Amino acid sequence: MSLREPAAYADLARDCKLNGKAAFAAKAKKGVIVMKKFRNALVAAAIAAVPSWASAADSSDPIIVPLHNWSSQIVMSHIVGTIFESVGNNVEYVTTDSQAVYESVRLGDVTLELEVWEGAFGVAFNEALAKGGLHDAGDHAVSTREEWWYPSWTAEVCPGLPDWQALDECSHLFATPETGDKGRFLGGPVDWLKHDQERVDGLGMDFVVVNAGSAAALWAELAAAEKANRPIVLFNWTPNFVEAVWDGAFVEFPPYFEGCKTDASLGPNPDMTYDCGNPTGGYLKKAAWDGMEEKWPNAYAILRKISFTNYNVAEMAKFVDIDGMEPEDAAARWLEENEDVWKSWIEAMS
Amino acid sequence: MSIASAEKSIGAITFDDVRVGQLIVAVAAAIALLRFQLPDFLVRPPDWLVWPFADWINFVFVFLKDDLGFIHVTRSIASVVEWFLDVTGNLLYGRNRWPRIGPLPWTTVAVTAAVIGYALNGWRLSLLCGGTFVWIALMGQWKWAMETLSVIVVAAPVSAILGVVLGIAAWRRKTVEKILNPLLNIAQSLPHFAYMIPVVVFIGVGPKAGAIVTMIFAMPPMIRMTLLGMKKVPPEIVESGKMCGSSSWQLLRHVRVPTARTEILLGVNQVIMQCLAMVVLASFIGMPGLGQKLLQLLQALKIGRSLEIGITIVLIAVMLDRCSKAWVVKQPKHFERGTPWHVRYRILVAWAALAVATFALSLLWPLADEIPRRHALTVSKEADLLVDWFVRLVDPLTQWLRGFLIRFVFIPMRDAYLWLPFISVLAFWAGLGWMVGKWRSALVCLGYFGLIAMSGWWDRAMITAYMITFSVFIAVALGLPLGIWASRSERRARFVLLVCDTAQTFPSFIYLIPVVMLFGVNDVAAIGAVITFALVPFTRYTIEGLKDTPPELVEASSMSGASAWQQLWKVRFPMALPTIAVGFNQTIMFSLFMVIIAAFIGTQDLGQEMQKALSSTDVGKGLVLGLCVAFMGLMADHLIIRWSDSRKKALGLE
Repeated sequence: MSLREPAAYADLARDCKLNGKAAFAAKAKKGVIVMKKFRNALVAAAIAAVPSWASAADSSDPIIVPLHNWSSQIVMSHIVGTIFESVGNNVEYVTTDSQAVYESVRLGDVTLELEVWEGAFGVAFNEALAKGGLHDAGDHAVSTREEWWYPSWTAEVCPGLPDWQALDECSHLFATPETGDKGRFLGGPVDWLKHDQERVDGLGMDFVVVNAGSAAALWAELAAAEKANRPIVLFNWTPNFVEAVWDGAFVEFPPYFEGCKTDASLGPNPDMTYDCGNPTGGYLKKAAWDGMEEKWPNAYAILRKISFTNYNVAEMAKFVDIDGMEPEDAAARWLEENEDVWKSWIEAMS
Repeated sequence: MSIASAEKSIGAITFDDVRVGQLIVAVAAAIALLRFQLPDFLVRPPDWLVWPFADWINFVFVFLKDDLGFIHVTRSIASVVEWFLDVTGNLLYGRNRWPRIGPLPWTTVAVTAAVIGYALNGWRLSLLCGGTFVWIALMGQWKWAMETLSVIVVAAPVSAILGVVLGIAAWRRKTVEKILNPLLNIAQSLPHFAYMIPVVVFIGVGPKAGAIVTMIFAMPPMIRMTLLGMKKVPPEIVESGKMCGSSSWQLLRHVRVPTARTEILLGVNQVIMQCLAMVVLASFIGMPGLGQKLLQLLQALKIGRSLEIGITIVLIAVMLDRCSKAWVVKQPKHFERGTPWHVRYRILVAWAALAVATFALSLLWPLADEIPRRHALTVSKEADLLVDWFVRLVDPLTQWLRGFLIRFVFIPMRDAYLWLPFISVLAFWAGLGWMVGKWRSALVCLGYFGLIAMSGWWDRAMITAYMITFSVFIAVALGLPLGIWASRSERRARFVLLVCDTAQTFPSFIYLIPVVMLFGVNDVAAIGAVITFALVPFTRYTIEGLKDTPPELVEASSMSGASAWQQLWKVRFPMALPTIAVGFNQTIMFSLFMVIIAAFIGTQDLGQEMQKALSSTDVGKGLVLGLCVAFMGLMADHLIIRWSDSRKKALGLE
């Protein structure tokens, strides 16, 4: 985790704790001044600053940027969209399913994808890659992990954690009316295709997977569990703002290995697939349509340069999930606060 | 006695047939009781019975798409649609495309809507139309609403025109009608999601895909209404047309279509309402606008903001419904020869003047052009506080209800449904079929449910079935007393019918807002939404059935000294039963639609699988799941309509 900036992270953590808990507890969203005007000024300034050749080569057709159902992705897409606009491109946003998007990128209906999480979308990405039409446009400077996660108050009542067998022993602590005497694992939205139920079956755990409708529903449940001091185990990932607001840890499953998802004979359970955890230290990639380089060479050069850090991604999520900003406004704020970072990406293209 | 003999005389269901049906049902129950003695292949569909329909469908689709190059055809159709969308998109919200003159100032759009309202039905409608747009602008939702409208403006006319053409073709050629009829039956009972998956494959995602799925979805009622209207044209009118020497084209253009005007325009009304419902849902495949915002906000549990968007969608729905209905009623106006054009086109002239005025105003005063979000009003904070207060107030009740329902109703019921051996479920439906329509209906029911068993989604289908059973049961338990209460007086009936009418114009998505607010994101919320949605048609048909009892019968019963209670139970209710049955049928259909939509707030039934299929763009799986839902609906439809028809005949209502 050398990629994190510890000092800044601590700041974010403090910020989240101060604002975040209060915000979640009282549900009072901190009012944030809309910065649309500022953004427009910013775009205008940037257009003036960038040499005119920049816009000469790119097609005037809009670059189609997809939006999904978690906040960091939406904010990041708006940030990148605004950067493209600042060098004179047209940008349009479409909301798409986060799995189906790779098929769309492949066909050129959508131009790029900014957050390819290895654990959730690696399979869909690789399938599309094999069919051709899209390619890997480089990694973010981020190390990701997507896994079952528990907050500190859960650890107190279930001492053996983070071991998964210990978690299974205390499955009764997580029982809810819906799940009967089995424990409840709160998974992400169905379209993230996390195969949690398959893992529960593969490892023979006493859990039932209940899917939340969205990322926000996950955090709402987590906040409610904290208020009631109720043990909870749910899906989480890093980088995310959650680790700054709540102490907690990932559950340690049998380590991931090649073929775990496809070959039943491998792994601890010889008869089932998915008898392993998600990869640790996974990638966060950008993907681009093959035709992008030719059609929008400048935007493509910028895309290759773009690299967000763990801290950036967590901060973007925090702006929306805790401060209650609109994604567009959060993007404007990030651009304002990190001008040197994104300006360097634009400069690099010459 | 007289009823029994009437049934005999028309050769309908005899007492013996009912006996046979009951016997089959009894056998079904007996099989269920013997579950533990049954061999496995009678409890769950065995492997050899589960056919890989999904693979076959996928094979056909891949063949069509890649080998035949069908994808190029669909893509070029899509690019035509896209061109229209670009134009409306540019005019309404300033999309950067040809003709690059938009966006129109909001005041101009509002004035245009108000004038259309006035032209159709005077001042009150004009206020509604204008007011809706003023609300949208003031609440800072202009761009989203325009994104939604820009699609409806394209999709509704295209669907209506295609519907009329297909309807006329079906009326002309019996074979076309014969082919279309079963297709329409299935199309109208397929859940919304099932339409989306092939569209994603062939067209992609985004506004054009949203528009195309909307067109396809909205077309069936138009075809139906056109066919109905054309069939109803009286032969005398056609005769007189012929006597004037009209060619067959003239006969169609100037005689038949104008005579069928009312039906066709009712079809247009349906098309518009279906378009709105679908446009909101199409946000799942990248349709921007109000639906997308509502989806995001609901998922983020921002209730105050979702309420604002919900109000906008409802206002638009009511506005579109009232306008198109006013158009149905309005008869074309004819002027004396020699009337000057500014009198003929009085309203058009007024509109042009107002449009120019607002345009000028918007140049002088930017707020008349666009209200930026920071100037927009919002009541979301107050609404959030209010909602929060209310939710906390009823929290003990909702928590208790949630716990109670899940523990003592949902889980036992689900387990019971899953416990049933599939063979006894099939036998049960066959028995019911026999009761209403002898071996024919028995076979039909067996066919529909047998296919569900063969699809390999038996368990999921049974979960859907239990949710439907429970929701319909509660909807009937609430709707029946409500309907009876309302039908007691003319005023109440009119009021409740108005409420039902209005509620029926709301896109299904809207019903999710209050339940998510009260129960959060879980099964109880999903079922709550289904019940609310299904309650509306049932109440409506109950009132209409009870109201329309022939007055002679009521009078006769009062003369023979029946009390009000006796009159209700012995006269009105039996007479109303066939109509109520139609309402019951609609209740089931509505529940099926809603239960699938509710998947995104976390159910575990066919809907969830369908959402997964949408995620992985698995056409075969999506269609198989969709057909499972459709077959359930079609089977219920068959049983109820058969029963209600024979009942109506027996009662001499037709």
